[in-house]
Amino acid sequence: MPIAPARIRAYTLTTALGHGCRPHLQALSEMRPGLRPWTQEEASVQSWAGVVDGLDGVRLPARLAEFDCRNNRLAELALGGDGFVEQVEAARDRHGPSRIGLFLGTSTAGIRHTEQCYRRHFEENTPDLGDDLRFAFTHAYVSLADYCRRRLRLSGPAMVISTACSSGAKTFAAAQRALSAGLCDAAVVGGVDTLCATTLLGFHALGLLSPTPCTPWGQGRTGISIGEGAAFALLEGDGDAEDDGVSLLGFGESTDAYHIASPHPQGDGAVSAMRAALDSAGLGADAIDYINLHGTGTAANDLSEDRAVARVFGETVVASATKGWTGHTLGAAGAVEAVISLICLREGLIPGTLNTTTFDPDLSTCLIRDSAPRPIARVLSNAFGFAGNNCALVFGRTSCA
Amino acid sequence: MRLTVTGIGIVGPGLADWTDARPVLAGHRPYIADSLKVTTPIGLNPNERRRATLATRLALDAARQATAGQPHGGDDEDATTLATVFASADGDMGLIDSMCRDIYQHRVAPSPTVFQNSVHNAVSGYWSIAEGCRGPSTSLAAGDGTFAAGLLEAATQVACSASSVLLVAFEVPAPELLHPHRPFGSAFACALWLEAAAPSEDHATCALAVREDEQPLTPMPDAPLEALRRTNPAARALPLLAAIAAGRSTVIRLPYWPGLQLEVRLGPGA
Repeated sequence: MPIAPARIRAYTLTTALGHGCRPHLQALSEMRPGLRPWTQEEASVQSWAGVVDGLDGVRLPARLAEFDCRNNRLAELALGGDGFVEQVEAARDRHGPSRIGLFLGTSTAGIRHTEQCYRRHFEENTPDLGDDLRFAFTHAYVSLADYCRRRLRLSGPAMVISTACSSGAKTFAAAQRALSAGLCDAAVVGGVDTLCATTLLGFHALGLLSPTPCTPWGQGRTGISIGEGAAFALLEGDGDAEDDGVSLLGFGESTDAYHIASPHPQGDGAVSAMRAALDSAGLGADAIDYINLHGTGTAANDLSEDRAVARVFGETVVASATKGWTGHTLGAAGAVEAVISLICLREGLIPGTLNTTTFDPDLSTCLIRDSAPRPIARVLSNAFGFAGNNCALVFGRTSCA
Repeated sequence: MRLTVTGIGIVGPGLADWTDARPVLAGHRPYIADSLKVTTPIGLNPNERRRATLATRLALDAARQATAGQPHGGDDEDATTLATVFASADGDMGLIDSMCRDIYQHRVAPSPTVFQNSVHNAVSGYWSIAEGCRGPSTSLAAGDGTFAAGLLEAATQVACSASSVLLVAFEVPAPELLHPHRPFGSAFACALWLEAAAPSEDHATCALAVREDEQPLTPMPDAPLEALRRTNPAARALPLLAAIAAGRSTVIRLPYWPGLQLEVRLGPGA
């Protein structure tokens, strides 16, 4: 059943590639990497990571100081990109603060702050975790939405979606529904996740962390590289669309019902998410000009997604994976890659697949290796997460809606 | 937004299931804050079953109660496409504690099993595996307004899809070190099977509205139940469940965000 497209008024992102859309466009166009060797002693694993520089120097507004933690600092830094805050302020003036919804994704919120309190407790024998844990403002999932809601002075419906690596993508779906149901007239969506010890060591323990930069779709690929990132978009219902604008045209969601940490081998869940996304956009598979794959670089994930893409799109589709640039930004990844897709739509760029020199011959979808300019009208972006949670989004030029 | 509630599940201290809890919540039988009845999840393999955390056990129990007897709750093909919303403010804090203790107290790598179960949507994942349910699933959080956020999201999905949505809310107490920072009184889970409002004499209908004011939140008249409501975000559902149990037409205010409440106008079936 086709949905009403949602206009995307503004978007921004901050990852290891930089702050705002421009450095991302440049890095994607020029095949300039963002990953670097992971050297932090807080999690001694041999790996590469997408680190956002400058977070230690970010200061939250004084009225929101109790929210201080790396995750909310990244949110603060990212919100300042591409005039995003100003665009939200303008929407607030148009609709009123209570008519703007807020839907944000994260997998771990400010858990890094909690880790540091545990570390202090056990290494310095402090009596407890300490009052400066500020649980509700740092650790709690809601802290991300609470921070951004106060920062943007919004008072409408709000929540955090946490479905592992599909979180950021699903916020677009939730926002479109809220707009359709009349709960709000505009919505801020996105995702924020920051590097932390439990995530790095946890993926390492599962044998999914690559010791070298991740190589999505690569022959002999060795796993993911983790990145931190934040991306935001401002959605509005239809109306006074500019001709060169971009819209959310469709979304599809599903679960695998298969395994808690492994995708369905034939990509059943991914297939139903992609088909639902096309259906909700009222489009056939041949209408998609480019697929931004989930493409994490683990053996099982890429194999499953490859099978799924081939089942929905055949083997001649134009697709690539961009995690070689940013690392896998986990709960933010769906939003980060949605915004990368929007940049590519607007700028007419097909990004390549960084780091991968030899593609796995067992995978049937041929990926684009080198970035190249090419006008595109519609993009599908995949985000799949632990516990088999899948989301596919379709974006397009508003004139194509 | 208007909804029909056609299935309910509940697990809490002294509230073994909906059949057991209904007369208590309706005020026909006194509430005794007894121990928690924890069941073994059905439909998971022996490993998954053995390792299932308290949060998973309670949530799956409540979800199963709400789906039992549904026209689409059995082996019907629709059960495999059912959309679900899992609402929990803080998820499984015991798993976070376990990983942090492994890293900083025992100086070993966190257990891979604990890590994969620590994602907020693990409970939703186990439900989907147990039931073979491949429909969309959203796991969400909104602090002490998490139940209201879950109900609103589920209602929005019903409104947009005209299909059934299963809402599951759960919350379990934090382990020792985290408990002072998030002091939940007891574990609690509940589930609602929600459908588009249809005239029916058997089922409660509710109309939801987001209200920008600070009315008194609907309390529980019974002091121990009110204590449970106040000390567990999932138990913020109790006034709604109590009104349904009593078959009352009433208006309930649920906490959502500061200055923002969810109003539930509960009507008779028809």
